[in-house]
Amino acid sequence: MSLLIKNGRVVDPANKIDEVRDVLVEGSRISRVASGIKVKADTSLDASGMIVMPGLVDMHVHLREPGREDKENIASGTRAALKGGVTSVLAMPNTNPAMDSVERIAFLQGIIEKTAHTNVFICGAITKGRLGMELTDMSALKKQGIVAVSDDGASVDSEALMVEALKNARENNVAVICHCEDKSQSAGGVVNLGSISTRLGLRGISRESEYARIERDIQLAEKADAAVHIAHVSCKESVEIIARAKKRGIRVTAETAPHYFSLSEESLLGYDTNLKMNPPLRTKEDVAAVKKGLKDGTIDAIASDHAPHTEHEKAIEFDRAEFGVIGLETELAVSITELIVPGIICWDALAAALSLNPARILGVNKGTLSIGSDADIIVVSPDQKWSVQKENIASLSKNSAFLGKNLSGVVTYTICNGKVAYQSAG
Amino acid sequence: MVWTRKDLLGLDDLSREEIELILSTADSFKEVSSRQIKKVPALRGKTVVNLFYEPSTRTRVSFEVAAKRLSADVINIETETSSVKKGETLIDTGTNIQALNADIIVIRHNYSGAAMMLARHLNISVVNAGDGWHEHPTQALLDMFTLKEKLGKIDGLKVSIVGDIAHSRVARSNIWGLIKLGAEVTVCAPEILIPPAIEEMGVRVSYDIDEALHDADAVNVLRMQFERDGQNAFPKQVEYFKNFGITKERLQKAKKNIIVMHPGPLNRGIEISSEVADGANSVILEQVTNGIAVRMAVLFLVAQGEGQEK
Repeated sequence: MSLLIKNGRVVDPANKIDEVRDVLVEGSRISRVASGIKVKADTSLDASGMIVMPGLVDMHVHLREPGREDKENIASGTRAALKGGVTSVLAMPNTNPAMDSVERIAFLQGIIEKTAHTNVFICGAITKGRLGMELTDMSALKKQGIVAVSDDGASVDSEALMVEALKNARENNVAVICHCEDKSQSAGGVVNLGSISTRLGLRGISRESEYARIERDIQLAEKADAAVHIAHVSCKESVEIIARAKKRGIRVTAETAPHYFSLSEESLLGYDTNLKMNPPLRTKEDVAAVKKGLKDGTIDAIASDHAPHTEHEKAIEFDRAEFGVIGLETELAVSITELIVPGIICWDALAAALSLNPARILGVNKGTLSIGSDADIIVVSPDQKWSVQKENIASLSKNSAFLGKNLSGVVTYTICNGKVAYQSAG
Repeated sequence: MVWTRKDLLGLDDLSREEIELILSTADSFKEVSSRQIKKVPALRGKTVVNLFYEPSTRTRVSFEVAAKRLSADVINIETETSSVKKGETLIDTGTNIQALNADIIVIRHNYSGAAMMLARHLNISVVNAGDGWHEHPTQALLDMFTLKEKLGKIDGLKVSIVGDIAHSRVARSNIWGLIKLGAEVTVCAPEILIPPAIEEMGVRVSYDIDEALHDADAVNVLRMQFERDGQNAFPKQVEYFKNFGITKERLQKAKKNIIVMHPGPLNRGIEISSEVADGANSVILEQVTNGIAVRMAVLFLVAQGEGQEK
C-alpha cells in the first residue's frame, strides 16, 4: 500500500523543513519527502494550500478507561483524537483503578490493542493508588511498556518520596510529569484567587499553590540529577520559574493547554462549569505570559489535558461540578487561531510544540516526517473556519470550553501508521 | 424606564436606572402595608415558590409576606442542603416547579451562582434570595431604600460596611448597588476577612473601625458567624468586639446622625452593642419593614418582565 500526499506545505521541525513538498508513504512508514515525486501511488491526496505536518502527540489525555467508560473510553477518545489531528496520546493514570501495577497496565494494553484508533502510550502512577504514600515499581512498569509516570490530579507531597521517584525515573529512563499543586493552599478553591473569585463569591486557587510547587519540583529534580516535566502551566510566575531553571541548565520541560493561552478568568462571570478546570483560568496577564513562554520556548509543548465529564457532572452548582474540559478535537484549531493567526509563533514552532517536543520529552519515536519514521501525518486546511458545536463533538463527553466559538484550521486528513484514519466531511 | 428582565439575580448585572426603578416601585408599594386591608391584587392568580436550601427565617418570611400582600399564592419549600447531594439536581427541582405552572421561584442557596444557573435553565422568573457568598440583591435594595428614605439620596453618601466582607453576599450586593447609585463605599474588617482585589469593585478598604466610621453617613454592620468555629469562638468574639464592634463610644466619635444598619439576625455584643442596636441611630427594624416593600416591587417587576433577555 502506498500513499502520496502532493503539493502540501510540509512543516517538519525535526528536519527543519517548511516548504512545499510531496510526501510518499509506503506501508506504515514515510519513504520519501521531496518535490515532484512521480510515483503511481495507491492513494493520492492533493494537499495544495494545506499544511502537512506530523500528527499531534498529545501528552496529557484522560481516556477514563477503565473505570469511567460513561465519560470516555479508549475507542471514543482516540476517535476524537483523530478528528483533532492527534495520532498519539499519552493516557494519564488516574483511571479507576489507577495504573500503578504491571497487571493493570497489561489489562489496559489489552483494551488499547483491541479498540484504539491511534497510538496510545501509557503513563504509570508515581505512587500506588496515586495516594502519595508508596512508590510504584517503576522498573517493572517500564518493562511493561510505560513511557512516563505521574500522579496527575495530585502532586506527591512528600519531598523524600518525590526525590526517590525522580531518581528511579532517571535510572529507568522514564519521564516524570508533575501536576504541581500544593493542595494545602488550594483546597476548596474552584477559580483563580483574585478579583473574579471575589466578585463571584467563590473560593480561590492561588497562583502560588501552583508555582511554589513547580519551584519545589524543579529543585528536587536538580537534587536527583533527573529530568522533570511540568504539566499544565497556567500562570506567569510558573513560566518565569521554568525559564530561570532552564537558564541554569536544569533539565526541566513544560507543557500548557490551549485554554491557558486563549481564555482568561473574566469568561467565568456566568459561572459556566465548562470553564471549570484545575489549574483554573487565570488573568489576562497570565494568558499573555503563557503565550510568551510558548514563543520563547520556555514552554515546550501544548497538550490538551482532555478531561471528559458527563453532562450531569457539569450541569450542577459551580462548586460541585467536576474539574476539567475536553480538548482533543480543538487543540490544533485553538492553537492556530490564538498563535498562528495573530503571528505569535510560526508553523514550525507550532508543529514542534504539538508533535516533536512532546515526543522527545516522552522518548517516543514520533513527531517527525523523517524517512523511515511511522507515517503519522496530518493534512490541515489552515484558514478554514468552523464553529464548535456540541452535536459535532466525537468525544463521549461534551464539556468543551470552546462551545460556540469560531476557530480557524480544519483537519482534512489524519493518517495514522500509514492509513487514512480520518477524513473531514467538508 | 421599563423593566424587561425575567429574573433578579444580582446588582452586579443591573444598571443604575434599573435599581432606581425597583426603589421607586418599592416606594409606591410601601403604603400598602399600612392600610387597613394590606393587600393589592397585582399578582392575583400568580404562584410564587420560595425554594430555600439554607435555613432562613427573616428573608423567607419577608418574601412570603410580600407575595401575599400582592395576592399571589405562595408555596414554601425548605430543603436541607445535605440531602441535595443524594436527591435531584437543582435544575430538575426547578423544571419540576416550572411544570407546576408556578410563575416565580425565589431561591436561597448555599452555593454561589445557583440562582443564575437556575434562571438560565427556566422560562419562569427567578429571584435570588441569597446565593453563597455571591449576592443578596433584595437585602442590598432594602438597605438602599432605607438609606434613601432616611437621608433623601444615595448619591454622594459615605457608607461603611463592617464585618466579614469575604464571605458576605450582603456586602457584595451593597457594594454594587451603592456604587452604581453614586455612594462612596468603605469596607472595614480584619485583614483575613477582606477578599483579594476587592478594591476593583470600587471600594476603599480600611482596617481601622474608627477611621471607617469617621465621616461616614451610614454604617452597615454585617453579622459575624463565629458559631462555625466551635469552641474557639469565644476568645475571637471578645477580640472582634473589642476591635471592630460598633459601640456607643465609637459612635460618639462619628457623625451625630450616622445611620446604623444591620441585615440581621443580630449578635448582640459581638458585632454590635445592644445600646447601638436599640439606639437612636439604628434603623434595623425599619429595614425589616422596608424589606416587604422592596420585595413586593421585585416580585411585581419580574412578573411583568417580558423575558426579553431570553
